[in-house]
This record gives sequence, C-alpha cells and structure tokens, in this order.
Amino acid sequence: MIMDDLIEIAQKERASRKRYTIRCCMAAGCMSSGSKGVKEALEKAVKETGLEGEVEVRGVGCMKLCCQGPLVQVDSQEPGATVEIRSLAQGPLYQKVTPEEAASLLNTLRGGTTAVAQGDPQQPFFADQFSIVLANSGYIDPERIESYIAADGYHSLHHVLREMTAKEVVEMMIKSGLRGRGGAGYPTGLKWATVAKTANLQKYVICNADEGDPGAFMDRSVLESDPHSVLEGMAVAAYAVGASQGFIYVRAEYPLAIARLQTAIKQAKQYGLLGSGIFESPFSFNIDLRIGAGAFVCGEETALMASVEGKRGTPRPRPPFPAESGLYNCPTLINNVETFANVPPIVRKGAEWFAGIGTEKSKGTKVFALAGKINNTGLIEVPMGTPLRNIVERMGGGAPDGGKIKAVQTGGPSGGCIPAEALDTPVDYDSLTKLGSIMGSGGMIVMDETTRMVDVARFFMEFCMDESCGKCIPCRVGTVQMHHLLCKILEGKATQRDLKTLEELCDMVRSTSLCGLGQTAPNPVLSTLRFFRSEYTDLLKEDLFGPNGNGSGHGKDALAPTI
Amino acid sequence: MIASLSTRKANRLPTVLEHASGDKRFKILEAHMKKHQFKQDALIEVLHKAQELFGYLEDDLLLFIAYKLKLPASRVYGVATFYHFFTLKPKGQHTCVVCMGTACYVRGAGKVLGAIEEQVRVKAGETTPDNQISLLTARCIGACGIAPAVVYDGTVTPRQTPESALARVKGWIGDDHG
Repeated sequence: MIMDDLIEIAQKERASRKRYTIRCCMAAGCMSSGSKGVKEALEKAVKETGLEGEVEVRGVGCMKLCCQGPLVQVDSQEPGATVEIRSLAQGPLYQKVTPEEAASLLNTLRGGTTAVAQGDPQQPFFADQFSIVLANSGYIDPERIESYIAADGYHSLHHVLREMTAKEVVEMMIKSGLRGRGGAGYPTGLKWATVAKTANLQKYVICNADEGDPGAFMDRSVLESDPHSVLEGMAVAAYAVGASQGFIYVRAEYPLAIARLQTAIKQAKQYGLLGSGIFESPFSFNIDLRIGAGAFVCGEETALMASVEGKRGTPRPRPPFPAESGLYNCPTLINNVETFANVPPIVRKGAEWFAGIGTEKSKGTKVFALAGKINNTGLIEVPMGTPLRNIVERMGGGAPDGGKIKAVQTGGPSGGCIPAEALDTPVDYDSLTKLGSIMGSGGMIVMDETTRMVDVARFFMEFCMDESCGKCIPCRVGTVQMHHLLCKILEGKATQRDLKTLEELCDMVRSTSLCGLGQTAPNPVLSTLRFFRSEYTDLLKEDLFGPNGNGSGHGKDALAPTI
Repeated sequence: MIASLSTRKANRLPTVLEHASGDKRFKILEAHMKKHQFKQDALIEVLHKAQELFGYLEDDLLLFIAYKLKLPASRVYGVATFYHFFTLKPKGQHTCVVCMGTACYVRGAGKVLGAIEEQVRVKAGETTPDNQISLLTARCIGACGIAPAVVYDGTVTPRQTPESALARVKGWIGDDHG
C-alpha cells in the first residue's frame, strides 16, 4: 500500500456514490429504537421500486440527536460529482422513522410527500456544533474502510510515516495544546514525549475505551461511528513514541463497538495499514482488543494495565508512572479514545489550526453526551470555552415539560453538580475545576427541580462503594461509611454532627486514597454540599445531645434528656 | 464455594478432566485457549469465552481453566469474582437488565426496577426460584440518549415506564404457563 493506492481507493469510493444517499443511523441509540428494521425496509423498497442505480442506503454512525431516533437523512448530489460526502448540502432529516413508514421516504425523491416527521438540520443543536472528532460520524459507513479512506482517512498516517520524524510528531502534539480527554486533562504531547524519551526497546500504546462513567457515551459513539480514526491515531502515536504493539481496552457492555472495532482492525490489516512495513516504511504496528469485564476502576490507568495482563483490576501506587514502567513493566502510552481520535485531524490540518480553537489553556473541542432532564438528548461537540448555558438551553432546548434546570452534573461519579446560577461558566478544564467539578470524560446530565440533590449524592456514593476495588482502606471503608451517612440523612435520622462527620470523611477519603476513584469519590457530596447545602440541613433533625455531642452548647430549655 | 474447592482439592482434578472429556464445550474452550497460546494473561478472554459457552462459571470450569493455563485456582477464582460481568450462578431463562446509570436514574429507572421487583418478587441481582427470570441492574449501558433503558434478553429497549416494563415481564410469565 502506497499513497497512490490510497488516493485510488478514495476516488473510486467517491465516484461510486449514487445520486441519492440515504443515511440511516446505525449507532447503539438508534439501533435500540429499531433502526435496523428501518434500514432493511429502505433497502427492500429501493429494490422494489427499481431505484438501485440512483439510491444508496448507507448505514452510518451516530447522527447525534439520539432522542429523536431512528434518524434518516437524505443527501443528493449531481451525477459524477466526487466531493466528500460531508461537504454536500444537508438534505431533509427524518425523525422517529418506523420500518412501515420507511418506504414512503422514497416518494419524496420523485417530488412526492411523506408523513414522517422532519427535523430541522439547521436547529442550534446541529448548527452550534463544531466537529473535529465527530466529523465523520453520521456520514461514513463505519463497517467499510473504503468509506473512511474516502474521507481522507489514513492520509495522516502516511504523512507522518513518510514526511516526519518521530520527534517532529511529538513536537506537533505539544504545539497543538491537546490535553487528555479522559478527564484529568494532562497535556498529550508531554505524555508522548516522556514515553518517547525512554530507551526501552519494547513499548506499548493503550487506548482506554473503558468508559465507565454512568451517563457518558461519547467514546462508545466514536468507536461505533468512526473506529478507523482511533486506529489511525494510535498508529501515529505508536510511531511517535516507538511502540510496535497496541491494545484497545473496551467495555464488554458495548458489544456493537467491539464488533465494529474487530471489523476495522481486520480491514486495516488486509490493506496493510496495520501490521508490518506500513506504507512500505520500516514501521510495524499491531493492535489487539482486550474486552473488559465490568469494573469501573479499570478506567484508572494502572488498574487497566493489570486487567490487560489478565489480573484483577486493582491500581498500584504511582510513581513509577506508566510512561516509565507500565504494561509488563515496559513504558506505556495510555490515552483515551477521544484523544486518539483528535490526532489524525491535527496531523492533517496542522497544530496551529488546532491551537486556534478553544480557550487559552484548553484547546480544541470536546464531545459531550447530553442526557437527563433535557429536551434534546444526544451527542454534541463544541469548542472548549462554550458557556454551559449555550449547551443546555440553546442546543439542549432546556428541561422538558416546562421544567426548570436546577443543576448540570459533569464528570460522573468523580465530578460535581454545577448549579443553575453558574450556567454562564465557560466549559473548559480549569473553569470546571474551580467550581468543584471536573471536565471528566464528557457526560453531562441535566437535572431539573424534581431531582433531589442529596439523593444524587447518595446515588453516586453507592456507585463508588460498589465499584471500590478494596485495595486501599480509605476508599473501601470510607465510601461505605459515607453512603451510610447519606442514607441516614435521607431518612431524616441524621443530626448536625453526622453532617460534620460526613465532611470530615470526605476530606480524609479524598486525601488518602490510592487512586483516582477514591480521591474523587467525595466530589459529588462536596459539590452538592457547596451549592445545595440547605437541602442537606432541611433533612437534619435536632440533636438531643447538642452540637458538641456532650449536652453543652444547648439553649437552657433543651438541656438534659434523661438516658 | 471456597470450602468446596479446598476440601476436595487433592482428588478433584481427575474428576474435572473426566467431566471435561465428555463435553464438547470444553473442547471449544480449549481451542480458544490454544488460540491464545495458553498465555496466562489471556485469562479474562478465556473466562469471557467460558461464560459465553456455559452461561455461567461453575467450579469445575474454573479448575479446568486454571489447570490448562497453569495458574493457581485462587487466581482464576479471584479474577472471576472481581469483575461484575462474570457470574458463578446459573442465570434464568430470561434476563432483564435495568440500566441504573445516572441519566436513566434521573429519568425514573428506580421506579421501573421497583415495579419489576414487585411483580417477579425477587430483588435485583437474583433469579426467580423457578429459574425463569433473572433480574439484574447495569451501571450504564451507554444508552443515555434514550433513557431509561432496559435490556430484555439482550435487546436494548428505549424509554421504559413501569407499565411498559411490567407488560414485557408479564409476557414472559405468560409464556411459561401457556
């Protein structure tokens, strides 16, 4: 495989496109609403009406507006045009399509009408998006590598292997200002540089696709919609740091993502884009899949590596950091799915272009999974620094049934709740940290007036309690005790002293736990206490023993209950 | 389980291997291990395959895997019990997994689960005594856009209410008597 082959495949793929392309969302959200039946019905109808020469029914990745699924969009183009499918004018978008109605969509191609509800492709939910990671999502067929190549796929890998040295690639990443999209936001370029500097012969690249945060589905969507971009990003990273073996650690809960990754890896190997001597260069790189088995803690990098080695997924103290001693004690580069998916566009369009998007300290875009009590649930990608209000009110369309937004939860069980008053905060790593929450991997759950914040805190604490691996005591015991205290508060049996104990425990667990799970487990409690303290105090009962627990500090009348 | 493993340890292995020799599924499992060159770090992959073949991980199966991968039984048992995905008990005929992720939770997954629990009279994580229905919860299946979601026998179903969930589960109960 050389560049000419790549261009040939791309041209052939573009030229073979028909007059109409009916794109049918085949990501997990729409699939569970029945999009498979819709696609089959459309294919059947095309055959029956003899439109095969004119119409292509294409299964594509996530089309983002999950709540209106199954989604179908119809693109048209002049015959013989060879532009990329993304650059075509947006055709009508059909929502909640049923298999029975699907055939009627074909009428519209001949000037007829259909009863299927149409959505506006220009509404803020779509218009305000800025796609880098999701640029291909909803356009290309994730199960065909040719479709990805036609969208300039694997050009970045070719450019890197033929035109750049490993050092230049690392410098490019540093210059782009890309930060890890898994949550902590460590500069990606620096991480690559550390691994590249080590002298080991054997190094590894791992893609962390163990998206455990409840309420987050960005990584799943990227893997289902554009798996090759992740493979390409990993290959570029492997070249930059000098690794020859990669692993993708993906959750067992995402069967569709696993299947598409397997297909993608197989196709890339067939085309010689993975394996030995890629693009006739000395560079070799292989990727293996590792399927997780349902442990939230495996999203933590040292626990993940233990799990890849086939052990219990328990973290270990750092240092040594994985960049120095990771998988099988070799230097290991470990990045999130979205981070890798950002790499090919950066190489293609340049570090300066990427650094020009976003805010001073947070570059580029971020994908968020918008869910909860909000009208438009689905996937959005916006530049860093977009005010939260734009996201939830303009794009998300506010709370359903005329409700009022009370808080937005980001960062899953490690994050916090941002109150409605702070909706004008720009969304970037540092602003969210200041509010006591974190960017996290990108789950954004909107809560309305009916949501009780103490209950939310209890929900997350229960999660952390169940998911604590049990290796270090502060997390194992602390989460159980905090959960117990939160239950006690909810039952109305707690006093001011219990609240004080809870706060002390939060501090203790946060500062003494071994890994990120324990260190961030108190965050939901702390942030709800910070902004919604009255909800806690309203549930407290009077303490018969006084605020000090020894009968002192009371008013005179309340003194001395007999025991 | 631990007790049963330790007390009969000495003479257990021949029984396990004999048990294995008469069952085709063990052969498939062994072929799968061979594909991984009997590497010890493939333990989780092997357990996945084993659960896929047998439905759950019984004692003999774990001992068989330990023997073939040359791992201590404690290590295999430790890994099998660490991860939520592996189950050491047989599942019912039908499985019903209620997603309890944050998005589903704030949209009322708790009520859906409560209604099903009341109907089938078992708690989440248990199987009905007649072995018909296993009721489980998931941490998040990533179907947050269509919350609350319930997985009935492997099919993700969007936007559930207590009523729609009960109708589905009652259908199963109806099947069994009819």
